[in-house]
Amino acid sequence: MKPARFEYHAPTSVDEAVQLLGSLAAEDGRILAGGQSLVPTMAFRLAKPGHLIDINAIATLGQIGSKDGALEIGACVRHAAFHRPVVAGPLGQLMSTVVRHIAHYPIRQRGTFCGSLAHADPASEWCLVAVTLGAQMIALSTRGARTIAAEDYFTGIMTTALAEDELLSQVRIPLLAPDTRFGFREFSRRAGDYAIAMALVTFRLDGGTIVEPRVGIGGAEANPRRIPEAEAALVGKPAELTTFRAAAEIAAEVVEPMEDMQADAIYRRDLVRAMTRRALEQAAQ
Amino acid sequence: MSGKLIGRSVTRLEDPPLLTGAGRFAADVSFPHQLHMRIVRSSYAHARLLAINTKQARALPGVYAVWTAGDVAHVPPIDFRLTRVDGLEHYRQHVLATDRLRYVGEPVAAVFADDPYVAEDAADLVEVDAEELTPLLRADQEPGEFAPARRTEPAIVHKEYGDVDAAFRAAHTVITLDLAIGRHSGVPLETRGAIARHDRARDVLELHGAAKVPHWNRDQIARMLGRAPASVQLYEGHVGGGFGIRGELYPEDLLVCVAALAFGRPVKWIEDRREHLIAANHSRQQTHHVHAAVDAAGRILAIDNAFFHDQGAYVRTHAATVPDLAAAMLPGPYRVPAYRAVGHIRLTNKTPCGTYRAPGRFESTFVRERVLDAIAAQLKIDPIEVRRRNLIGASEMPFRRPLDTLGTEIVLDSGDYARLLDRTLKAIQWDGVRQQLEARRRAGEFVGAGIALFVEKSGLGPFDQVHVTVDTSGAVEVVTGAASVGQGVETVIAQICGEVLGVNYTKIRVVHGQTDRIAHGLGAFASRVTVMTGEATRIAASKVRAKAIETAAELLQAPADALDIVDGRVVRAGVAVGPSIALGDIARALAPTANPRPREPGLSAEGWFHANHMTYPYGVHVAVVAIDRDTGAVGVERYLVAYDIGRAVNPMLVEGQIVGGFVQGLGGALFEEFLYDERGEPICVTFADYLMPSAREAPRTEVLITEDAPSPLNALGVKGAGEGGANAVGAALAAAIDDAIGRPGAVTQLPITPRRLRELLRES
Ligand SMILES: Cc1cc2nc3c(=O)[nH]c(=O)nc-3n(C[C@H](O)[C@H](O)[C@H](O)COP(=O)(O)OP(=O)(O)OC[C@H]3O[C@@H](n4cnc5c(N)ncnc54)[C@H](O)[C@@H]3O)c2cc1C
Repeated sequence: MKPARFEYHAPTSVDEAVQLLGSLAAEDGRILAGGQSLVPTMAFRLAKPGHLIDINAIATLGQIGSKDGALEIGACVRHAAFHRPVVAGPLGQLMSTVVRHIAHYPIRQRGTFCGSLAHADPASEWCLVAVTLGAQMIALSTRGARTIAAEDYFTGIMTTALAEDELLSQVRIPLLAPDTRFGFREFSRRAGDYAIAMALVTFRLDGGTIVEPRVGIGGAEANPRRIPEAEAALVGKPAELTTFRAAAEIAAEVVEPMEDMQADAIYRRDLVRAMTRRALEQAAQ
Repeated sequence: MSGKLIGRSVTRLEDPPLLTGAGRFAADVSFPHQLHMRIVRSSYAHARLLAINTKQARALPGVYAVWTAGDVAHVPPIDFRLTRVDGLEHYRQHVLATDRLRYVGEPVAAVFADDPYVAEDAADLVEVDAEELTPLLRADQEPGEFAPARRTEPAIVHKEYGDVDAAFRAAHTVITLDLAIGRHSGVPLETRGAIARHDRARDVLELHGAAKVPHWNRDQIARMLGRAPASVQLYEGHVGGGFGIRGELYPEDLLVCVAALAFGRPVKWIEDRREHLIAANHSRQQTHHVHAAVDAAGRILAIDNAFFHDQGAYVRTHAATVPDLAAAMLPGPYRVPAYRAVGHIRLTNKTPCGTYRAPGRFESTFVRERVLDAIAAQLKIDPIEVRRRNLIGASEMPFRRPLDTLGTEIVLDSGDYARLLDRTLKAIQWDGVRQQLEARRRAGEFVGAGIALFVEKSGLGPFDQVHVTVDTSGAVEVVTGAASVGQGVETVIAQICGEVLGVNYTKIRVVHGQTDRIAHGLGAFASRVTVMTGEATRIAASKVRAKAIETAAELLQAPADALDIVDGRVVRAGVAVGPSIALGDIARALAPTANPRPREPGLSAEGWFHANHMTYPYGVHVAVVAIDRDTGAVGVERYLVAYDIGRAVNPMLVEGQIVGGFVQGLGGALFEEFLYDERGEPICVTFADYLMPSAREAPRTEVLITEDAPSPLNALGVKGAGEGGANAVGAALAAAIDDAIGRPGAVTQLPITPRRLRELLRES
């Protein structure tokens, strides 16, 4: 469990990082952010990158704040930054609720929000947040900047629309309306483990009925995604248990669950059902 | 602090270096010019080894040598330490694979390089050419071929007494259960490590990083390498957990020794976590097909148990220990007038197995207590009442069970099992708990309680030897051949020595695990140290005390029986002020140069303790659980361990042993399992896949330590305390889960994962 040989680069500006990545991507040059996923894979020699481009010394990438109705999260913002709400209103609350489920305290001090999105684990909480809330990813390369919408971003297990030479410099998440309610539930074997299934829901209430529902499911399929059929079952319905049960049942039916050592398809569907219903109940409280 | 020390929760002597970063674990040991060893391991579960190409690896700058089996052909396979059974010897492991690969992780080649990174680079360059064979992955399937003309069932453990068949013919009811215990093991946070060095000046081969059984390992290494035992010395440093698996003799230990001798350079090997999870001993995996004959009142007439023990790819140092203990200890605290156990030792293409805390008992307690619960359910008798009807009575002690294990006859030395059951039920307020659970169940919750009883064994002999010496500064040194795997040996031995000798326990240095300091030693396993080393210490310290008082009597011109030792000074007993003499001064008076010349120089003595029988502590576990019916998750709301250990030398340390053991038991009951895919590839090779419970998963453990039944086998009445916390966790949780889901006998397999439990819930 000693990494193979690599060359280490520590750029101090975004430009420099992008240039390095542009010239080294072909030799399997990789960005090193918090290292909480990359370094273990290197220790197992599952990854043997020729070059590491450490972005931790680039001060501007540590910025976080709201601008033009969105929360902007720079590439070096750590998970721990979200322990307390980063913006006023439901989005900050939502993220501070979700972050508690990511790994363990020491890992959250190093791991980054953008690193999670670049790594794209099927059970990443931040990836679920990004798709459910319609985030935008800003990708920089020597070819320029482009914006990738969440629905186009995830392309498979641990694969994304980011090109090898692109730095994910920032993620933008639209702020939530002040009366947005949210619920988040996940199931894992132990505290801090990656979830076997999780659900993030948001909606608003208009005279007791549900408007603008979003239902996101993570950990069950190759990538987290919204479940439009479940959302349709919520729109205009009263926020009550029978509604939630029906929507949860639909979510459990329409997902195409991965199968692994922890869970076969039937069990994952059970978990999707339970997490969705509980997240909806939580949002309604 | 001297005076009464035995029975007090004094703080640990071991802690200052550990808490201030001054500990010295295996990886902290380094020598100038050392080479680093990296093992190339089989990636096949079962294959014929055709060729190994080491050319590229050898060509890498910084690589000193690459060895394969041919380079260590003179080293015999590793022998058995315990429970040798005829037939097993053909299934021992060679230090490097010869012609067949039998598990993923088996050492195939060893790379030696200047630096551990280069060693790992080079290991990646070693090419293993092999022809894959079908792996055998289940012990309860038809046996296959281990080697030409050798089946994968090398031996059967058979233990029997009474007329089992007659009992079944006479039975009112016969209970039949098929039960399985999952493959898991002790996973110490410090992985294994071995650093060998040949001191050519003295012609001594040193091995550092030893643990558990340094003397036995020293003798074996000497024998295997054709050296005199005195020319091989083992050194134990701090050890980050043992649990049965650490400190046994493994291929890597031999490889560093052979290499250090061959190269004339020290050789260091530190295991990584992935290696640890596939190469160090696994344990526990068994399937049991058990029948019990009972009368109308639920009294057991006979138990007939056939079981399959999944030994993995080779038979290692423990030989038949685990299946032997499972067979011998299954009857537990119950009478069981007739009994038969037939244990099939089966090899599979998985990591070889050895002992793990409460070996054979975690497994057989699960089986036995499932039987008791089944009797209760089938005959509609309260589970507690069924147990009471079968318990061995206090008046029947000592109780001779016509079985033997670990070379000793089973004689339950003392115990009042019913009394401990009463005390346990009272401590947890069982009736109140039942009522509350009933009310919650009516409100729709899935909650339940379970109980399990067990008998442990401890204090395995046959001997222990201890030297106690007081030097001229008054400092006391106790030298023992016991070992410390972190359990508090130094503190407990110092407490016993301190109380007997009248010395503050913090003034006592306990030396252990150093083969060059004492001729004999059996190490630390089977909860033996406090019993065996403790008693040997008491004997040695008593002799030193007598000698000190006798000498002081002359110096103080006082009758010996009027003297006492308080805080390291000999004083007149019961007199506040008056003449006194320090132990250091007595040591000076006993120096070989003293005038007058002492009859027998030195304030020191040797203590020997021999024991042919083990001592048998016993306990009760109670679990209260809540099941999440949607996910199958088990929440342990309360857990109580009651344990009678005769006499607790340090109750705080006993409690620590119990809580730690419980959490490991919880792992085996609900979380930990080494899984393999159909090709025999291990799936659980990191801590993300091998799920050890953390503080978040473990409930606060309630501990009831009792001293109702001191052991008659040693003067202090002590029994061992190391394994009772783990023993019955699978059994108690299974009962509690059955109760919570309202389906007696539903749990037949450990670990009880949420997925399996959800399957059970879906059925109902
Ligand atoms: C024990 C443990 C438990 C964990 N549990 C969870 C959990 O429950 N939920 C969860 O979501 N995560 C979990 N993680 C992962 C953790 O959240 C990581 O921090 C995260 O996945 C990656 O972030 P990082 O900053 O550490 O990225 P790194 O490890 O540095 O990089 C990961 C990958 O992303 C690439 N990368 C990183 N940043 C960028 C960028 N800005 N642009 C382009 N590429 C980039 C890297 O090149 C690399 O390929 C766990 C980790 C551990 C060790």
